[in-house]
Amino acid sequence: MNLALVLAALLAVALVLYVARPFLREPEAADDALDTPGADELRRLELAEERDRALQALRELEFDHRTGKVSDEDYRTLLGPLRRGAAEALRALDR
Amino acid sequence: MAELGRAALVLTLGLVLYAVAAGVYAAAARRRRLARSAQNALLAAFVSTAVAAAVLWAALVRRDFSFVYVAGHTATKLPLVYRLSAFWGGQEGSLLLWLLILTGFGAAAVLLDRRATRDLLAWVTPVLGGVAVFFAFMLVAVASPFATQAAPADGAGLNPSLQNPYMLAHPPLLYLGYVGLTIPWAFGMGALLSGRTDERWIVATRRWTLAAWMFLGIGQLLGSHWAYVEVGWGGYYAWDPVENAALMPWLAATAFLHSVMIQEKRGMLRVWNMLLVILAFGLSLFGTFLTRSGVINSIHSFTQSSIGAWFVGFIAVVIAFSLTLVFWRLPLLRSKTKLESLVSREATFLYNNLLFVALTLTILWGVTFPILSEAVRGTAITVSKPYYNFFLRAFGLPLLLLMGIGPLVPWRRASLRSLERTFLWPIGVAVAAGVVLVFLGGGSSSVGLITYTFAAFVTASIVFEFARGTRARHALAGGSWLRAFTGLIARNRRRYGGYVVHAAIVLLAVGIAGSSIYQTVRERKLRPGQTMTVAGYTLAYRSLQVKTGPNATESRALLAVSRGKSSLGTLGPGKNFYPVEQQTSNEVAIRSNLVTGEDLYVIADQINRDGSVYFKVLVKPAVNLIWLAGFVFVLGSVIALWPDAREERRLAERYGTAGAAVRA
Repeated sequence: MNLALVLAALLAVALVLYVARPFLREPEAADDALDTPGADELRRLELAEERDRALQALRELEFDHRTGKVSDEDYRTLLGPLRRGAAEALRALDR
Repeated sequence: MAELGRAALVLTLGLVLYAVAAGVYAAAARRRRLARSAQNALLAAFVSTAVAAAVLWAALVRRDFSFVYVAGHTATKLPLVYRLSAFWGGQEGSLLLWLLILTGFGAAAVLLDRRATRDLLAWVTPVLGGVAVFFAFMLVAVASPFATQAAPADGAGLNPSLQNPYMLAHPPLLYLGYVGLTIPWAFGMGALLSGRTDERWIVATRRWTLAAWMFLGIGQLLGSHWAYVEVGWGGYYAWDPVENAALMPWLAATAFLHSVMIQEKRGMLRVWNMLLVILAFGLSLFGTFLTRSGVINSIHSFTQSSIGAWFVGFIAVVIAFSLTLVFWRLPLLRSKTKLESLVSREATFLYNNLLFVALTLTILWGVTFPILSEAVRGTAITVSKPYYNFFLRAFGLPLLLLMGIGPLVPWRRASLRSLERTFLWPIGVAVAAGVVLVFLGGGSSSVGLITYTFAAFVTASIVFEFARGTRARHALAGGSWLRAFTGLIARNRRRYGGYVVHAAIVLLAVGIAGSSIYQTVRERKLRPGQTMTVAGYTLAYRSLQVKTGPNATESRALLAVSRGKSSLGTLGPGKNFYPVEQQTSNEVAIRSNLVTGEDLYVIADQINRDGSVYFKVLVKPAVNLIWLAGFVFVLGSVIALWPDAREERRLAERYGTAGAAVRA
């Protein structure tokens, strides 16, 4: 058997052991279930995304108003709905 | 050692097959240890592929001509650096590089996202494994780089066009881009398979997409510079199918990078984003197929091969698989919000997306038309430069204009009064620039004039954005103006990094317009002692010099260059003859003016035995702005890529709020 094949065999053994490692470390796992979010957690995530979007939009509106990109009139028109959106998302998350 | 290389690739194939089978079962049956084992298989596949790559590199370094690949792409006299780059000089090596980068990126994605996206990663693993199975299978069964033979006395050498420092970086960068687009696609498919169609997959792949896009962009620019200095025809982009092959996924990824912001900010365009990520990945596979299959005549098709049918089949499977998943998950992808106004930031992003996709599909049609016409009518009809130039202007100029409009328009909606105020100065600057250009003679080309005027508008809008932002930041936080400026960028790296990239595109547009529309070209046969004049430059042909280099005979025609009464030194265009490869390459001479960005570009088109030479001389205004754009592009990309601790904290808080399983 030449050196290349010996090296290949050693590599194969090492990598197969690595692949099998989760089972070698925990031959009898008390809990082998993969964590997956339930419907409630996914709903909360959706609300958290909505909250972040609303808060980010408020921050950007504020900054764009300061830079003069958003006029006073537009600022007043946009501010109300954005605040309400953020408050609704926060309230829903608290429930 | 060829046996070790072969065995390592067989091992990779086995590992990625396991990653697919075990990964699918683990994700579907929700088995934690099996999912982890499948991820380990992906990590192990990188190790075995790296061993195979090391074997090939060692054979190239040692000039082991018993490897068919080494004998086919190197020669005894080939310098070490080009023996190393011969790794990607041929088809088998290129496929191995694809697999090496893919398994490397896959391993990195597993390690980086293992904790953050466990349920998503469970599906991403078999998807990535599936792509790796295709490439590993090709390398094991169809195009092995480890085929051996009785070693010949010398190798066939490397194509002279590839014996250039640019070839050390251009192909690997393109491959980093092509392969990098696999990661966002795999996460997108993982999101559809797992039903996690929230923003998690976008958050996980934001930097992957941006990095792949940056590599693809800079790889193309290096390729253009290579064509400019090495191929020696006087241009940098010829709408060659393989050039287009890299441009298309870059354009699709650019559209995706913009539209994904609408999803993040407004929760819209979820289906569109999935389609764009599929398009970008599909086009990156198509690009590899075009480069490696030799299906279309191109200066890049260094090999004609039989891998084309395999690639077409694989691309078809990828597209069918991806679209089926999108169709299946359509109910989950519907967005609840709608576009509020056609005059808003999100609307400009939408217009930009439509233009990017239209340009991409137009180029795709041009690239595939020869194949389709040959299949239908038996004759390959190629689509020429005017077709591409027309659509580049039709879609590219509005895109350039939108780049200036977008940053000035706020999200959601804008009133006429606020638009008047924000647009006043940029429009004023653009009109002033246009008037000055007309006085300077720029009106000889309407396209050139429009491009330059739009470029001035975009530049003004970027400068005003930075100036207004810095002023607002200064008013808010106080401190020095420099601190306000850096604070502005640090607080929104993606936005301001994006503006820097926009500045790079302006430089690119100005460079392309200047060097193509306003260039001067003269051709003339000169004998030693004769002179020619081009756009104010005088070139006096002195003599022809021939010398023998390490692997080529180099002929150089020496020209004394002057402008007015001042001497600008000598230029030596010529040709190299490579005896091993029996090929000749053009070696152009370029004199760059770094102040004006103009190049004097000289080609010794034909060198005659009597010492006379046919010269082709080009004067290309502003061409160096194209290469400067590359540096600005990387700077902008790095700013956008730079980790943002504030953003990380916000995301950690979001996933913490949502619950343990989302976080885990």
